[in-house]
Amino acid sequence: MAHEVSHDQAHDPLNVTNPEHSEHHIVSPIQYCMVFGTLLVGTALTVVAAYIDMGVLNPVIALGIACFKAVIVILFFMHVKYQSRLIKMTVGAGFFTFIVLITMTLLDYVSRAWGMW
Amino acid sequence: MANTVAHTNPLDKVDHLEKLMPHESNINEEGEHVVLPQHRHHFETQEQQREAGSFGMWLFLLTEIMFFGGLFFAYLLYRNWYYPAFAVASNQLNVPEGAANTAILITSGFFMALGVWAAEVRKKSLLVVMLILTTLFGLAFLGVKADEYHEKYEKHHIPGANFSTAMFTNPAAYGIKEQPLAPDMAEHTQLFFFLYFAMTGMHALHMVIGIVLLFWLTWRAHRGEFSSGYVAPIENFGLYWHFVDIVWLFLFPLLYLINRHPLH
Repeated sequence: MAHEVSHDQAHDPLNVTNPEHSEHHIVSPIQYCMVFGTLLVGTALTVVAAYIDMGVLNPVIALGIACFKAVIVILFFMHVKYQSRLIKMTVGAGFFTFIVLITMTLLDYVSRAWGMW
Repeated sequence: MANTVAHTNPLDKVDHLEKLMPHESNINEEGEHVVLPQHRHHFETQEQQREAGSFGMWLFLLTEIMFFGGLFFAYLLYRNWYYPAFAVASNQLNVPEGAANTAILITSGFFMALGVWAAEVRKKSLLVVMLILTTLFGLAFLGVKADEYHEKYEKHHIPGANFSTAMFTNPAAYGIKEQPLAPDMAEHTQLFFFLYFAMTGMHALHMVIGIVLLFWLTWRAHRGEFSSGYVAPIENFGLYWHFVDIVWLFLFPLLYLINRHPLH
């Protein structure tokens, strides 16, 4: 919490007094159970949705559900929701870089033989 | 300290050493510093060490995202090129087993998460039980996977010399309600199965490595190493195990459920 950090604490190169390090949140088993239930429901939805003809929406919905499941696994099972900003930034930067790589490779692919995808 | 000692009379040295020793123990008294044997001296606090460990683990997982990302990208392009072959080949995968395996893997991850919690609240026997359950569900996943691979072997759907496109060029002969593919397109089903084995195989390899690590961690947990406030190895292994889960969450719909509705 940057606004709560006094000047002395802010000037803390070793991060000794920075409260961000000392806050350690333990995710409760009840939260884990809720995430577990949501993931199972998501899996059932994925299978059911695959057997309904929705045209181009089929892969979109399948990937949408998979992304939602991945996000709740990352936030709760992997504790990112309760981690320091350093960890959150690291995770975010990783996915951002991944998206950049995919986008740039795809742009290269679609632009080499325009219309022949 | 070295300067102080250098300026003093040698006769005073003993006196100085006595002064030094209490100073050393003062560092210990400040707490946090050497409470645990696992705490490395180059970290100021346990929390700093813990965050540095998480940070390093996440950097490793990001390289894993790039690694699997390359496979997913190859899948994306080939699926785009040879969609008819990918759709009918995907329909030969076993959805009940794939769906059951998804549930099994989620359950394994759930027990892993509870294991991290058990380590945090220092319940040693609960942690050991959770790690064993994580391992058992992981092994169950690999068992189902092996059964699926065996099914592919029987159907001649393993890429290579024994690969057969018969089911795709003449589906009616096998009782499969699909449009037959032209021989050249049918050959491209081999590409789907190559990607299927490459992606699920690489995922399974990560599971095998994880299970080996789980045996080791269960042994250490049994010795009580993670039930006195030192949970970093359990927590970081949990990150790895959940990452492997996430890869499967994408593999399942992308490989098994490309075009299921016409069969219905």
